[in-house]
Formats: sequence, structure tokens, C-alpha cells
Amino acid sequence: MSESEILSTEDLGKIYRSGSRALTVLRNISFTISEGETVSLVGPSGSGKTTLLALCAGLDAPSMGSVRLCGAELTRMSENQRADLRNRYVGFVFQSFQLIPTLTALENVMVPAELQGAREARARAAELLERVGLGDRMHHYPVQLSGGEQQRVALARAFINRPRMLFADEPTGNLDAATGEVIQDLLFDLNRSAGTTLVLVTHDLDLAARTARVLRMRGGEIVSDGPSDAAPAALPEALRSSL
Amino acid sequence: MWPFKMAWRDSRGSRGRLVLFVSSMVLGIAALVAIHSFGLSLRRAVDEQAKTLLGADMSFESSRLFTPEVEAVIDSLGGEQSRRVSFQSMALFPRTMQTRLATVRAIEGAYPYYGEVETEPAEAAGAYLREQGALVDAGLMEQFGLAVGDSVRIGRRSYRVAGRLIKTPREANAVMLFSPRIYIPLEGLDAELLAQGSRADYEVYFRFPEGADVERTARDIKPFIEANKIGIDTVEEIRGNWDEGLTNLYRFLSLVGFVALLLGGLGVASAIHVYIQQRVASVAMLRCLGARQSGTVMIYFVQALAMGLVGSVIGIALGLGLQGLLPRLLVDVLPVSVPFVLSPLVIGLGLLVGVSVTVLFSIMPLVSLRRISPLMALRAGYEEGARRGPDPVNLLIGAFIAAVVAALAVVQAGDWRYGLAYAAGLGIVLGCLALVAWLITFAARRWPTGGWSYPWRQGLANLYRPHNQTRMLMLSLGFGAFIVVLLLLVQRTLLAQIEVADAEGRPNLVLFDIQPDQISGVREIVEGAGAPVLEVVPIVTMRLASVKGQSVEEMRKDSTADLSWALTREYRSSYRDRLNDSERLVAGAFVGAAADTSAAVPVSIEEDVAGELGVGLGDSLVFNVQGVPVETYVSSIRKVNWRRVSTNFFVVFPTGVLETAPQFQVLLTRTQNETEAARLQAALVERYPNVSAVDLSLVLSVFDSVFGRIAFIVRFMALFSIVTAVLVLIGAVTTSRVQRVGESMLLKTLGASRRTVFTIVAIEHALLGVFAALTGLVLAMAAAWALARFVFEAPFVMAPLVLAAAVAAVAALTVGVGLLNSRGIYEKPALAVLRAEV
Repeated sequence: MSESEILSTEDLGKIYRSGSRALTVLRNISFTISEGETVSLVGPSGSGKTTLLALCAGLDAPSMGSVRLCGAELTRMSENQRADLRNRYVGFVFQSFQLIPTLTALENVMVPAELQGAREARARAAELLERVGLGDRMHHYPVQLSGGEQQRVALARAFINRPRMLFADEPTGNLDAATGEVIQDLLFDLNRSAGTTLVLVTHDLDLAARTARVLRMRGGEIVSDGPSDAAPAALPEALRSSL
Repeated sequence: MWPFKMAWRDSRGSRGRLVLFVSSMVLGIAALVAIHSFGLSLRRAVDEQAKTLLGADMSFESSRLFTPEVEAVIDSLGGEQSRRVSFQSMALFPRTMQTRLATVRAIEGAYPYYGEVETEPAEAAGAYLREQGALVDAGLMEQFGLAVGDSVRIGRRSYRVAGRLIKTPREANAVMLFSPRIYIPLEGLDAELLAQGSRADYEVYFRFPEGADVERTARDIKPFIEANKIGIDTVEEIRGNWDEGLTNLYRFLSLVGFVALLLGGLGVASAIHVYIQQRVASVAMLRCLGARQSGTVMIYFVQALAMGLVGSVIGIALGLGLQGLLPRLLVDVLPVSVPFVLSPLVIGLGLLVGVSVTVLFSIMPLVSLRRISPLMALRAGYEEGARRGPDPVNLLIGAFIAAVVAALAVVQAGDWRYGLAYAAGLGIVLGCLALVAWLITFAARRWPTGGWSYPWRQGLANLYRPHNQTRMLMLSLGFGAFIVVLLLLVQRTLLAQIEVADAEGRPNLVLFDIQPDQISGVREIVEGAGAPVLEVVPIVTMRLASVKGQSVEEMRKDSTADLSWALTREYRSSYRDRLNDSERLVAGAFVGAAADTSAAVPVSIEEDVAGELGVGLGDSLVFNVQGVPVETYVSSIRKVNWRRVSTNFFVVFPTGVLETAPQFQVLLTRTQNETEAARLQAALVERYPNVSAVDLSLVLSVFDSVFGRIAFIVRFMALFSIVTAVLVLIGAVTTSRVQRVGESMLLKTLGASRRTVFTIVAIEHALLGVFAALTGLVLAMAAAWALARFVFEAPFVMAPLVLAAAVAAVAALTVGVGLLNSRGIYEKPALAVLRAEV
């Protein structure tokens, strides 16, 4: 592993079994991502993007191959060890925000820091919420916030433990175009200032274009891996229409 | 600390619901606390009031007049002494010409020395002895419409009724139901009432000066007293007896109440299960953010613990309130007044049991949290695709719960055999209910519903769809129905036994203690009243002198242990040449007439007493027939149906042996109605005051009333289970409301009318109610049949109307709660609900 490598996979594969039927969702996935890189995973629905994201984040176990994240071999770790690793090094942003409905905005942001036992969790969370423009809505519950506001809370939560790695799954998928823009700006802004490595799954080619590198997937395999500025034009016609 | 903080935050908005969940626990805890603190205060009351239980420091009791030797000992003991002679006799009330078999207690002296004879008017308690009057049981006076100042005839003497007898030491009020008491002075008693052959108890009561060592005196004279076949009682002994009896009573009640606790536990388990299912997304997210498995389990464990605490505290408060109620329910069977006792021990027990049962029943749903994958934060449907087999941890936990429940049952029962049998019985009933629940979901899934209307198809489908309530409602409602129906059936079965005995042609009036020279006169009176003489049975009293060559006297000397009742009792035997219709031979041959009076006499012995004596066919028994030894051997063994109203005997002799022995007769007859029975009894008492009559219709009403009281107490305890079942029902229906709201909205959006939505709910709940009631009913019938067959040895009695009513009631209740809970759902704006679902 090179000094700057933060995430790498080798011959990664995932097969789901349902009775006697086996469905191969991912196969032969090998790539390396360096510290500080911003990477998009793009591809049509069912191409395996989210599954790959889940395996890389240690949310699921692969059927074959291996994943190294932040220097640790995920496939050799227990569920609890992976949880600890996620807590210390990984942040998440989801399409459906995934805030805990019984916690206020502030408390939602505090959770990852509290899990570490951090004393200044509250102050840090408040600061982050200020930064995403929700300083006056800290004590609101998710149900009292708009979609965009909820995603801003989720962003603040993702960054509270100053993660080395941020995984984002369609972060603007549930938002209107204008709100989506704001969230994108915030995401890249926070990412830049924290120096976090970003892996994001998206259908949105404009969003993908804002990352330095794009991994294109189809039928469970990576079909291309390259810099993003060429991405939209290089896409085959069939793939572009499906996005 | 984090799990505590998270538990508090996570419970926001659900705390009301959590309290509802825990309400199913509350009654179980209340029952436990009420019974245990009642038991404790009862024991304390018995301890404090032990002297009033006996009314003296010591007493002797004998079924015969004390011998001169015994009298000498009584004399030598000193102290204050009182005499009491008790016997059964017919009491006649001349003003109304009514009669009633009563327990007459003839008193001499100042007994009771401790405690009071409560009478109305109060001064009658002292006055009746001076004025040669009588105290008559208040219940009897009310029943016969008697007033103070009326007269009562006992034997050939009349007494003025000086007052109503309300309460006396040593006697519970329930005794009145069997035989009302009449207190009269011993002096001037009609001597014929105590003639040879009549049964009477002779007692002497002592009060010793302060500081005398009564227990030691009792120990010193015990061998002599017992050798003379005299019973001796001291305060300590009476205290011990009552303690034992009352412990049994409250243990029994606590076992009935225990059911409520278990049902509550099941309710909590189901509520936590649903609660956690609604938290799956949050848990998955927490796992995603790095919470460990144990951390997330802990969040909900803390909530369960808090629920247990809150429920226990409410239950304890309710239980302490109920504690004051129990003595009032049991007032007729308690010998002492029970004060209210606030025991920290019982409060601690309530807290401990409440919290542990809640935690115990929460473990299974809690450990399922381990299986929530962080992946579910990304993919909501993940669970379905990745369903794994049964969790072996759950099996272990199930076994652990069963073990703890069995242990609790053993502790409550106080005897491991009863405890285990009770736990096993519960296990079987609950197991059957769970099995039927499974069968219902299995069958409902496969039932061809193609031709059914939409609400019916949907209502049936609700029985097996995910998050269905089938198992929980089957368990709680089915168990409630089981308890209620079982009690009803047992009562019917026992009552029917006696009603059968009252069938046409069978005797319904039994006349006892007829002396040989009175029999023709009694016959005359009976026949003169138009009643048939159905049977005249001779009775000879005797005692066992030796068994299989070993004399009872020697056994008494050798044995340090108490001798069996069968060795020491007074036998009232008869002789006849055939078996009667309430008995059948189980071994040997019945000998009707003794061929050779000089040889050993072949006798027939009842099987229980044969077992107690340890004798079989051919074994020898020597009876002491009022001074004359009669050698016999066992020629046959009989099984006797004691519940038949008939004259039944432990030992039956052949004819030709006892004819010349001192004896009395029993005459059985049948009267057409109560008036005839009353007239006949009044005429009899007039001429033969020593003859007692037992009226079957009276026995029937007494039994009904006694069973009614016991059944009432049992039902009161069972009520806890039934109300708990209703609470569990409400809890289960409410927890599923969230899901039902979503479904109903979807249906409404797709065009379903209010009527359709409600019909679906009604059909689902009606099906569940009917299935639960039917299963509970079938189980109760099986249990009642088994009790009838093996415990009561009586034919099982069905009560179709009662059963139908029980099924209808349970179904109506379930539908009612279901519909009540669906109230307002249809009026909700569909958009709000659908948006919240996204």
C-alpha cells in the first residue's frame, strides 16, 4: 500500500443467494483511492454502486475479495471492530438523510462524537450547525425541518468526528435542484476544508463532474476509471439515457 | 452514560405508549403485592391474636366423657377452668315451627378467657349463662326470621334467645353455613341429648396465672393425655395450625395471581417487539455511525428497565390499596381481624419481581437488535432479503425464561412438586395456544379466498401478514377465556354431582341417631307424613384394637410419629347382606351373612382406608365394639362414591354378627317439597329430640353457597388475569395502530370507503376473538374433564350456554377494542400520512 492510499479493493465480489438462485451483484472490483481524492461512482440503477459503497464502508461483508480502509483489512474485522473504525474515520451522507426522528438537530449531530465519549461534542456540533446555516434551528426535530435542512444536519453529523473518509449515497437525490445545489456546495466546501477523501454515489452527472475521478459501473463491474472532466462526453449513448 | 442519554432521547414521543405497554404488568404486580402483604399481615395478626384463636391457654378435647383419672389430672392442673360440650342436635323454633340441625355448644364457666364473644345486643354475651338463655347464630336468625326474645328448643328444654351470635373465638363465620351454632348453658341440659351412642365433644379450657409455662405443662402431660385418647391444644399449636392453613390459602391465591404476572410479561414482550421494529431505521443508522451491538441493545434495555420500574411502582401502589380489600372478601373464613401492614419486604419483592419479569420478557426482542445490520440505513428492504434461520440465542433465552418462570412458580407454591406441575400446566396451555396461533397463520395463508369479498380477504390476510397480532392475542385472550371457562365448568361439574343425587326416587332427607326403641315411632311419623321409608341402616360404633396381629395400643407406645387417622378414629360401621348402589367391589368377594359366629368375621373395607391401614385381602383386623373384641378379616375391598347422599361406610359387616351390639339407626326418606320436609322434621323433634335430620336441599344450598364464596375469591384473583388480558389486547392493538393508519390511508387513497376500512378491522378482530375464545374453551374443557375424571372422580358436565356466552363475549370485546382503536383513522388527511411514510 502506498503512503497516501486510504481505500483499496481487490477482486471484490458480492453474490446474493435466494433459495437455490444466486445473483451476482458485484464481481472483480479492484481499485485504489488515495487520501484526499474525490471520487464518484456512477452507473445505471442495479449496476452495483450502492453495494460497492456498503462493502467499502464495512456495512456489509463481501462474498469474495478484500477491502482495505484506513489501513485496516475490513474482511478480517468483527462487526464491532468495523463499527469502531467507522466511528473514528468514516462519515456518511444518505439520500434519505437518515436522521434519528427522536433526536433534535443538535443531538443528531452529536451522536458520532458522543459514541467516542468526546467532551466537546455539543460545542463542536453547534459550531458545525452554525456553519451549515442552521444555528437557529439546533433544537428542532427532523420532522420540523425541510428536506434541505435535514440534509444539512446530516452533513454536519458526517463531519463532526473529522473523518478521513466520507461516503455519500445520492446526497441530493431527494432534493429539488436549487436545494441540491446548496447541499453540493456545502459538501464540497466542508470536504475541502477538512481534507477528507470523498466517495459519492450519484446519478447526477453534474455532481459527478465536481469530483476529480469517476468510476463508471455496469452489471456489477467497473467499466471505466478516469478523470471526471471527460465523463459526460465519454459516456456511451445507452448509458447516458439511463442515467 | 451514553446509552442512558440515548435511551432518554429515544423514548421521546413514545413515553405515553411505553406506559401503556407497561400497564399490562401493573395488575400482575398489584396482585403479587396485595397477596403477599395480605399474607404477611395475616400471619402477624395470627401471631398477635393467637390467644383469642383458642380463647384460653390450653384445652383438652375428647369424644367421650373424661374418665375419673383424666378428671384427676384436670383438677391437679389448677388455674381457671371452663367446660364445653358440643353436639349436633335439632333446634326447634316454636314460634315459626321451623327446625334446623345445629351445632349446640353447652358452656359452663367463663370461657372464652381471651377474645370476645360478639353478640347483639352486646350484653347478651354475658347474660345468657346467668339467665339460662341461648345465643343463636345471627345467620340462622335472619334465615328463619327470628327475633331476640323468641324461644328455641334443644332436646326437651326451651331457652329464651338472649342475643344473636356474631363472632366467637376459634370459629370462622363460614362454619355457620355447614351448621349454625347455638350457645346454651351446660347446666340444665336435657340429659337425653348426650345418651349412649350420640356423638358429643367434651372440652375443658384452662387459663393459667400470668407467667406460667403452658407449653412445658402441655409437654409433660401430653403422653398421659394422649394415651387416654384426648386431644390437647395450646396457643402455640393453634397458631401453628392456622399458620399452615393460611399459608396454603395465600399460596393458592398467589398462584392464581401469578397468571396475571405472566400474561403481563407476555404483553411487555410483544410491546417491546413492536416498539423495536419501529426503531429499526434508527438502530441501523446508529450502527452505521459506529455504535456497537451492545451499545444499541443497551439503549432499549435501559428503556425496558425504566418501564419495569414505573410499572412496578404503579403496581405496588395499586397492590397496597387492594390489600385492604382482601380481608373484606375473606372475612367469613378468617379467624382474626387483619390490620393493614406496610411491609418494605413486600414492596421490595414487588419491585424486584416487576423489574425482573419486564427485563426477562424483554430479552428476546432485545437480542434481535443484534441482527439489525448497518446496511439497512442504505437499503430499507435489506432485512427481507437477508433473513436468516432461527436465532439459537433465542432458543437459549426461551429455555432460560421457562426455567425462571418455573422457579418463580415453585417459590409461590411453596412445594416444588406443585410449583413444577403448575408451571408445566401453564406451559401446556400457553404452548397449545401458541401452536393454534401458528396453525391459524399457516391456514390463513393457504386458505383459498378467491371468491371472497375484498374486506374478508383482507381481514383474513391480516392474520398472517408481517407484524400481525395473531400470536399475542391468541395467548392473552385465549388464556383469559381458559381461566373463566374452567372455573365455570368445575363449578357446574361439582354442583351436578349433588343435583344428580337429588333425582326422583333417591332419598333427600336423612334421619340420624335413632335409638333402637325409637325406630318404630320414627317410622310412624315418617309414614304418617306421607313419605316413604326408603332404607333403615343400623350403625355400630367401634374402634380398631389391632391390625394384622399388632395392637394399636402397642403401635401407639412404639411409634414416636403420629398414628394414622385410620388407626385411631371411631368407626361407625354397619352390617348388611349386599352392596348398595353407591359402591362397587374392587377386590375379593362380598360376604352377606356370617356363616360361623365363632370364627373371624369376613368384613368389607373401603379402598382408601385399606390403603391407609396397609391391609389387603385376608389380613386380620380386631375391632373393639364398645368393650367387646370382634375378630375380623378383610374379605373384600370396595370403592365408595362418597358424594352420593346415602349411608356409606368404611367397614361393612355381614349380617349375623352385630345385631345384638349397642347401635342406632339411620332412616332415609324422600319428601316431596320443603314444606313437607319442614313439617316432618318439626314432628320428629317434638317426639324424639335426639334424632337429627339432614335435609339434602339444605346440603345443596350450603354447598352452592360455600363453593360460591370460594369461586368468588378465585374469580377475583382470576379477574387480574382477565383485565391484564384486556390491557394486553389494547396494548397490542394500539402498537399496531401506526401500521394500520398507513394501510388504511393507502386503501382510502385507492378509493376504499370508510365502511370497507372498518369492515376489514372488524373481521380481523372478530376472527382473532373467536379463535382465541374457542381455543381457550377447548383447553378449559379438556382441563375440566381431566379434573372431573382424575380429581373429583365425577362425570364431566358441559354447559353449552355458558360456553357460547364466553365465546361471544371475548369476540365482542376484541372487535370493540379493535374498532375503538381505529376511530379517527379514516378522517386523517391521507397526504400527511403518506408523506410521513416516505
